[in-house]
Amino acid sequence: MAVADTTDHHDHDHDHHDHDPFIAHHFDGPQQQFDSGKLGIWLFLVTEVLFFSGLFVAYTLYRNHHPEIFELAHHHLDKVLGCLNTIVLLFSSLTMALAVRSAQTGKNKNCELYTLITMVCATIFLGVKAVEYSHKWDLGIFPKYGFNYTPGHHEMGFLGLSPYLIKLSAIPALLLASFAGASVMGKLTDKPAQFKFFMGMAIMVAGYFAGVAGGVVYQNAVDSGHAHLAMSSSPLQLHAATFEENGQHHSHQHSDQHSEGQGHEGGEEHGDDHHDQRHEGSGESMPKSVGAFFSIYYCMTGLHAIHIIGGIVALAWIYYRSQQGHWREDYFGPVDYVGLYWHLVDLIWIYLFPLLYLID
Amino acid sequence: MATAEIRNKIFSTPETNYLNCTKGWKSWAFTLDHKRIGVMYLVGVSIALFLAGIFALVLRSHLVKFDSGMLSYDNYNKMFTLHGAVMVFSFIIPSIPAALGNFVLPMMLGAKDVAFPRMNLASFYLWIAGTSCLLMAILFGGGLDTGWTFYTPYSIETETGVIYATFGAFILGFSSIFTGLNFLVTVNTMRSPGQTWFKLPLFLWSLYATSIIQVLATPVLGITLLMLIAEKTMHIGIFDPRYGGDPVLFQHFFWFYSHPAVYIMILPAMGVISELISVYSQKRIFGYSFIAFSSVAIALLGFLVWGHHMFTSGQSPIVTLIFSAITFTVAIPSAVKVFNWLATLFKGSILLNTPMLFALSFIFLFGIGGLTGLFLGALSTDIHLHDTYFVVAHFHFVMVGGTLTALLGGLFHWWPKMFGRMYNDALGRISCALVFIGFNVTFFPQFVMGARGMPRRYASYDPEFQIFHQISTFGAFVLGIGILMAYVVLVYAAFKGPRCGSNPFRAASMEWQSSSPPDFHNFIHQPTMNDPYDFDSQVYDEELDTFIPREFADPDKLPARPEPVHH
Repeated sequence: MAVADTTDHHDHDHDHHDHDPFIAHHFDGPQQQFDSGKLGIWLFLVTEVLFFSGLFVAYTLYRNHHPEIFELAHHHLDKVLGCLNTIVLLFSSLTMALAVRSAQTGKNKNCELYTLITMVCATIFLGVKAVEYSHKWDLGIFPKYGFNYTPGHHEMGFLGLSPYLIKLSAIPALLLASFAGASVMGKLTDKPAQFKFFMGMAIMVAGYFAGVAGGVVYQNAVDSGHAHLAMSSSPLQLHAATFEENGQHHSHQHSDQHSEGQGHEGGEEHGDDHHDQRHEGSGESMPKSVGAFFSIYYCMTGLHAIHIIGGIVALAWIYYRSQQGHWREDYFGPVDYVGLYWHLVDLIWIYLFPLLYLID
Repeated sequence: MATAEIRNKIFSTPETNYLNCTKGWKSWAFTLDHKRIGVMYLVGVSIALFLAGIFALVLRSHLVKFDSGMLSYDNYNKMFTLHGAVMVFSFIIPSIPAALGNFVLPMMLGAKDVAFPRMNLASFYLWIAGTSCLLMAILFGGGLDTGWTFYTPYSIETETGVIYATFGAFILGFSSIFTGLNFLVTVNTMRSPGQTWFKLPLFLWSLYATSIIQVLATPVLGITLLMLIAEKTMHIGIFDPRYGGDPVLFQHFFWFYSHPAVYIMILPAMGVISELISVYSQKRIFGYSFIAFSSVAIALLGFLVWGHHMFTSGQSPIVTLIFSAITFTVAIPSAVKVFNWLATLFKGSILLNTPMLFALSFIFLFGIGGLTGLFLGALSTDIHLHDTYFVVAHFHFVMVGGTLTALLGGLFHWWPKMFGRMYNDALGRISCALVFIGFNVTFFPQFVMGARGMPRRYASYDPEFQIFHQISTFGAFVLGIGILMAYVVLVYAAFKGPRCGSNPFRAASMEWQSSSPPDFHNFIHQPTMNDPYDFDSQVYDEELDTFIPREFADPDKLPARPEPVHH
């Protein structure tokens, strides 16, 4: 993207002796630079949309070919956690917009604060996502090939946490330690800029653990609330007749949400738990074909999470530059560009959430 | 009107230029100068060309005799795959845009650089990374035998280095996106004052159309290849029929990129030809806006025809019919260009130097390549010709006869600008003749073979095809020698050729208003914006022995502007 530092680092004499350090020498002025960057980021967003489009096409095809798989499988996604993440991301879009506004008016302090909040939202999102992923892996819900659903199976690790979650959290933990260390080092060696920046980074990573904590507390509550079920009911079974009859399943062991599709159910008993028990005694686990849904789920949400991480890196750069007080009324392009990117990442989630979590 | 002093300052060969203003490998490795990046790209794609060209010659040598046994069948498969993959992903796609385009595009706009110079350099390094990854398939992956198309399900099953290669192609895709995005923004925001869209040289229109494709199509390839890698490592069951996947979906995704990519390859070549034909006829390009819009039309139509690669893959007949019909419509903008070039030649003062000969070769070879495409776009004949040497000959006429010829023509055209030195035109013309003859001898017999049923990608063949294969192999070596000779002529000229002036060919587009080689900042003096096809705007200056814009000419010696001729 349009990086504003001077691009001219050769010693050839030329007629730009005293030009603005934030306006690259090959541009005529700030306006041209801003326009170029803006068009560039929009084009980049176009490529991003197309990048995701392949997965959306795959989703559409498979849902068309195997609606029953999607119907059955999506009950394993927790609507509450998904909804929480949606709210977190929407809120981060708000703070991002405020950050852009602050940069436009040259208020670097405000921009710094809003950028930090945005980053914390992003890491909370990732923390919740990590809980969701690890919980599925605990149950053996992997992409197609490794799919081996065994309900109620929980291998406990440290503090009763999922071993997968602990592995996932290793890198954030390392990051938190190093950022906190770097911040303390900055304080000790009297480098306020370093102290401030890494303090922000540490707070940002702490958001991940906040997300994890919230997710785990919720998940444990759900699990214990339904423990008797998870133990007693046999797993869901893909049963063609079941789906032809009523196409709608509302109950499962993780979520007791009801959606507006109740009208279709006719006389079907749809309370919480009884539904699962219909299959009691069948002794079969969820068919492997259901893994196709989770293949797509992991690809889409995984790619989205990678984009979130990319966004955090870009936001960290914005955060640093806000602390340096770089933004002025005629120079705020980078905040604007990162903001647009961030809104796109949010927007993709706005599509993913209903497509994956709210199928019926 | 300018004094001789100003004239000399602007147009004479400068002491310092972009090549020698800074020294040392770091000044190249970390340069943000579009001209140096263009030159580095040129070196890179040329290495890829020679590497993949050697693969091609090995293939042709193997085929020279019925069951020659020179390569094992497995190695033959790996060889043609690498030839295709390296040629397509590492050579042709970046060749004209990233090498020539990078050098010429900002100068044609009168700009100092592309909009995002760092991204430009990143594009080059991604190219290196991607190509290395592709070649790692040979070193660590035990070769690659899927064909450059990586069709599933075979690409999922094979033990060869599919992951290396697809990851390489994925990275190369980003390199291509970076170039395209940069060019789109540069053309949009950095044109000279007064340079409207219809005063852009046609090369820029074609690069712009190419960039649209690069930006819109390449991400789809990126996600497809990632899904293929995920399929191979995690068996996600999207493409693999064993897990309920759909292998034809891969073909759809792949060709959704790779068919537009065909136009990424040919559109810049068409742009080069538009410049060359006009300059060496010294005549305004005929039908400027038609050529300009036909580039855009090709770019857009190119997105709607991918299904014609899958006529025999079992898609629904109605879809096949629609794809076939749209395929035929692509012939219209292509033909518009060819007829406009021919009309430009009409009554022009044609100079048959090396670049012009390459341009004329292009028209002939592209004509054949395009017309044989119609046989393949027609449903009935395609059933017979599908997957035969006819297809191989068809796309080589377009890719080699088209793009490579245009690349060489463009190099001969802009070489004096890039290095400030003139090549030996006689030797250049001989190289062009060798390329032209060698090319036709190589690929014409392949049309005949293909029509008679010789399938492509086979290591062995029916003995009745031997004579055709022998002619083809002979031609391939002539072609190889021709290309090598062109390169030798050019490289020799870059170091030892006689100095040449800023505008030896009397071209009117803005890049020729810089000195040769250009200054680090491209122009010492803000170039005057004039019509890129108004050749009378350039007048000969005896003192500098080159053409300069009228505005700078000595008013006493200024020839009168000829009356405009209406055709």
